[in-house]
Amino acid sequence: MSAIVFSGAAQFAVLAVLGAGGSVITAIVAATLVASRFLAIGVALGPSMRGGAVRRALEGQAVVDASLILARTGEARYGVRRLIGATLPQYLGWFAGTVGGVVAGESIPDPEALGLDALFPAFFLVLVWTELGDRAARVTAIVATLIAVVLIPIAPPGIPVIAASLAVLAGRMVQR
Amino acid sequence: MKQDVWIVTGVMTVVCFAIKAVGPVALGGRDLPRWGERLIVLLPAALLSALVVVQTFADGKALVLDARAAGLAAAMVAVALKASILVVLLVAAGTAAGLRTLT
Repeated sequence: MSAIVFSGAAQFAVLAVLGAGGSVITAIVAATLVASRFLAIGVALGPSMRGGAVRRALEGQAVVDASLILARTGEARYGVRRLIGATLPQYLGWFAGTVGGVVAGESIPDPEALGLDALFPAFFLVLVWTELGDRAARVTAIVATLIAVVLIPIAPPGIPVIAASLAVLAGRMVQR
Repeated sequence: MKQDVWIVTGVMTVVCFAIKAVGPVALGGRDLPRWGERLIVLLPAALLSALVVVQTFADGKALVLDARAAGLAAAMVAVALKASILVVLLVAAGTAAGLRTLT
């Protein structure tokens, strides 16, 4: 699954649903919702891509969350070679980690005891911090945070993140 | 169960491919109008902020306050002190792990 789906969030969603005895359909819907944020990320990166539609579709597969920052070359511009260069090591690491977990999973301690689940928000925090240089970005971040907090208890997982992309409209209002 | 996993994996391979391809295929190779660029500039701030919130406070559909929040608070201090990314990550994991050993 890590080799051909390559969306950690979608994979975890599938495991959560199937692990709890949910149906195949529920698992697919949950994973699709969680992966829906790649629609928005694809919209951000799309205009930077050149070449035929097939090539762009394939290049789009290299998109991960961190691409939003790591592959950036200008304000609204992204370098495709940077995108692939930044994602390839992550892909190999993700795949190797999955194999390692299958082989040695029994013998490693509880990842939560090591605080490993706190790594994800800290990593995204570092990435978003570099974004908050101007007022429009800060307003966007605050509104996105509020949208996510409000929607977590009432919407299925995945919806809060994709809905938070609407915060760019609030940011736009204070943009100069 | 085992068969279900493969069905879901197969379907999600196609769905994820499609989701990631839509933006590049629809918008690739053309220049967006100025207002479109201005919105795209703000997208990373929106998506990454929401990811921070979800990864810290969500447990399924419940809002929770656990060791991850302490880890994030410590990470914020480290980021504000201009620590390197590796230090920030170690601080976050260490804080969450430490709190869990105590409680």
